[in-house]
Amino acid sequence: MSIALGTETPSFELPGVDGADHSLDDYRDAKLLALVQYCNHCPYVLAWEGRLMALAGDYADRGVRVVAVNSNDAARYPEDSFERMKERAEELDFPFDYLFDASQMLARALGAERTPEVFLFDEQRRLRYHGAIDDSRDEAAVATSYLREAVDALLAGDQPPVTETESVGCTVKWK
Amino acid sequence: MIELLYWEGCPSHPEAKALLEQVLAELGRDDQIVMTEVRSDAEAERLHFPGSPTIRVDGRDIDTMGASGRPSLTCRIYHFPDGRVSPVPSREQMEAALR
Repeated sequence: MSIALGTETPSFELPGVDGADHSLDDYRDAKLLALVQYCNHCPYVLAWEGRLMALAGDYADRGVRVVAVNSNDAARYPEDSFERMKERAEELDFPFDYLFDASQMLARALGAERTPEVFLFDEQRRLRYHGAIDDSRDEAAVATSYLREAVDALLAGDQPPVTETESVGCTVKWK
Repeated sequence: MIELLYWEGCPSHPEAKALLEQVLAELGRDDQIVMTEVRSDAEAERLHFPGSPTIRVDGRDIDTMGASGRPSLTCRIYHFPDGRVSPVPSREQMEAALR
């Protein structure tokens, strides 16, 4: 079961595809922190990938940090290995950190269930939005951009118009 | 025979089935869709199941490019000609396989 709204960001220290270890403290200057349960192999992730990259780029200079986290069991899903993560990030030039949660500790702490699945934390690192990036994996059919609207609202000092939605995607591949 | 093989861990098969039924109706066909749930890695191997959903018409995969993928309990990736990626095959792929 996923963490409740208002819950503090779980602490973590995980290796990133950039070769550095990243902890929660690394993002202390961010106004908003979006942890996105992520992976390489899932078609739902791939369908939303361009939109997540665009969002990360669009808000980077406004203090919003997007961090993708792959917690999948890479032994059973080799596409999600750390090496393949590095390849994917380099190939697409990800504008966000991409971390490998090999122990699955962060995914368990978040109560993550799907990829992609967004956990958006405010400046006090309290969960303010949880769920899908928007309401359709088909970009042409998107009517509501949940994550963008939540980010815009929080940056303006308002409540996100929608705080929880159902994440549609692949299951997290537990060990 | 039209088979739809699926894995419950992936949410895409109801959408694929609905689209397949729609395409069959539009083509004036009343074929039954044989639904086969794949429950284990061993079954995925035995059935040469490269991911969910997999649709075969008379034993032939409607997406020949992806048919040879590693057998696995996973969501299957469909690549469309316009570069988009989808967890469900396109209407065009279904129509081409059923004509």
